[in-house]
Amino acid sequence: MEPFKLEFAIDGEDFHSAGEASSETKKALKKLGIPADTIRRVSICMYEGEMNMVLHANGGAVTVEVGEDAIAIALADSGPGIPDIGAALSEGFSTATNEIRELGFGAGMGLPNMKKYCDEMDIQTELGVGTTVTMKINL
Amino acid sequence: MPISVRLDKEKCKGCTRCVKQCPTEAIRVRFGLAKILEDRCIDCAQCVRVCPQHAKRAVADSLDDIKKFRHTIVLPAPSLYGQFNALDDVNIVLQALLDLGFDEVFEVAAAAELLSDLTLRELDESSFEKPVISSACPAVVRLISQRFPNLIPHISEHIAPVELAAKLARERARAATGLDDRDIGVFFISPCPAKVTEAHYPLGLKEPVIDGALSMAEVYKLLLPLMKRVKNPPKLRTAGFTGVGWASAGGEARPLRKYNVISCDGLENVIRLLDAIEDKFLPDVDYLELLACEPGCVGGCLTAVNPFAARARIMRLSGAADIKLKPLDIDDVYKVWRGERIRHTPTTILDEDFRKAIEKLKRIEDLNESLPGLDCGSCGSPGCHALAQDVVMGYAEETDCIFNARAQMEDGGDGQHYLPPPFRRR
Ligand SMILES: Nc1ncnc2c1ncn2[C@@H]1O[C@H](COP(=O)(O)OP(=O)(O)OP(=O)(O)O)[C@@H](O)[C@H]1O
Ligand code: SF4
Ligand code: SF4
Ligand SMILES: [Mg+2]
Repeated sequence: MEPFKLEFAIDGEDFHSAGEASSETKKALKKLGIPADTIRRVSICMYEGEMNMVLHANGGAVTVEVGEDAIAIALADSGPGIPDIGAALSEGFSTATNEIRELGFGAGMGLPNMKKYCDEMDIQTELGVGTTVTMKINL
Repeated sequence: MPISVRLDKEKCKGCTRCVKQCPTEAIRVRFGLAKILEDRCIDCAQCVRVCPQHAKRAVADSLDDIKKFRHTIVLPAPSLYGQFNALDDVNIVLQALLDLGFDEVFEVAAAAELLSDLTLRELDESSFEKPVISSACPAVVRLISQRFPNLIPHISEHIAPVELAAKLARERARAATGLDDRDIGVFFISPCPAKVTEAHYPLGLKEPVIDGALSMAEVYKLLLPLMKRVKNPPKLRTAGFTGVGWASAGGEARPLRKYNVISCDGLENVIRLLDAIEDKFLPDVDYLELLACEPGCVGGCLTAVNPFAARARIMRLSGAADIKLKPLDIDDVYKVWRGERIRHTPTTILDEDFRKAIEKLKRIEDLNESLPGLDCGSCGSPGCHALAQDVVMGYAEETDCIFNARAQMEDGGDGQHYLPPPFRRR
């Protein structure tokens, strides 16, 4: 069976539209009768990933593929890249500016939560070129 | 699930205004009539408000029904107090209700006050999953039961104030009169169709506790002349301002304000908020007061006067010195609990079989791509995407889209003249 595919472009300038991809995805997953808890995990992973692209990478593209056994999410950007993935993945690590922190982001919990809520995660990054985060959530 | 919103077939022109405004996409125009898909309708009455022909209306029970009982009790919703200009003494309204033919009056506001006290105590003990979602607005509870299964466990275990009022009033009347339950008639004066439906088909209650729900606007008309005649009314009022405040948005939240409470009114706002809560994007919220109508129950479509004027009057009543009257005794807290779980009634799933559901979703998205994306509504569905879904689910045909129909017409020219002028292109 061919997976069901959704694609979104994330605007790096627009704070308020971040979260649209995850809420569109949520709508589709509800139509498929996917368990509520799985949908929640997908939403959290996507939302955090989207926010990171907006806050740290000036936008990017999101693809979601719903297959028979898993949901695959790919977030690709052409931002600055992540110098130290290990550090970025640790709880509380953040390079967010004070300005961003005032908006309520920058707790350094995004990537750790994404890792916690998905079943598989992979980060490919190259400084000055961009970052691609892929996640898989089993059905 | 039965509903309390009806279509007047004589008046409906099939204009599709309500189709586009229904927050649950529960309406389709077929053969010139705006039909409601009952399993999706949550009785929010948005369609009643927007119909230019007044073809959609909310129905309620008849006052004549009180004749079926030997002893009758009336339960006025707090929003009733906001209907009257320059009302300083609530006792006048309560006396006029008795003059209307009821044997007893029991204020829903009094029950609301009990619930406020109890909720405050429970939040102090903090024994449940937060945020707790108020169960006071049945349109919201129905929405959650359809669309937000994750949040069902967050819905307060408390019954609604009107239900508590009904239980307490009936118990008191039973003790005082010695009559059987079936001889005691308990009638609610309702601001909305959602509460009319709820009176007869309460979600999460084993059986109804209310015998009928009357339209506030109808009762209002009957009360006006009666109120003029009331001189020196007895002290019938038992509710303080805390309870009366529940009539408009923020009133339920106010007594809980030492906690992190969000008050949100208007169904579109509520849906957006629930979406955020569902994904846990709003941490640290303790309690949610959610109301389908703006600004709260004073905006229900069975009320008689402008909602904002009514709110101002309620604020005037509840803003006066905070004389909170002694709460009713409540030894038996169990009376406040709902007793049954609210069940998930999914309305959005395309197919029970996951593979088939995926195939359907793909076809919907493909078809959606081929539609013009104008959401013109002339097909009778709420928008292009909804039509795509209706087609795949077998409720509509591709040629219901006027653009598709045009493409099929064998036509020498470019076919523009088959389109209504707003859709013609140069
Ligand atoms: N797509 C990305 N491109 C470049 N840097 C990134 C990207 N995603 C994350 N980072 C870096 O990793 C750090 C940690 O990310 P994480 O999402 O855990 O925390 P945060 O975004 O700073 O704060 P929070 O997610 O709690 O609001 C970020 O501060 C940033 O330096
Ligand atoms: S009452 Fe509300 S949910 Fe029901 S059909 Fe009308 S607008 Fe839709
Ligand atoms: S907000 Fe109040 S009046 Fe409106 S539907 Fe809900 S309970 Fe009824
Ligand atoms: Mg982040």
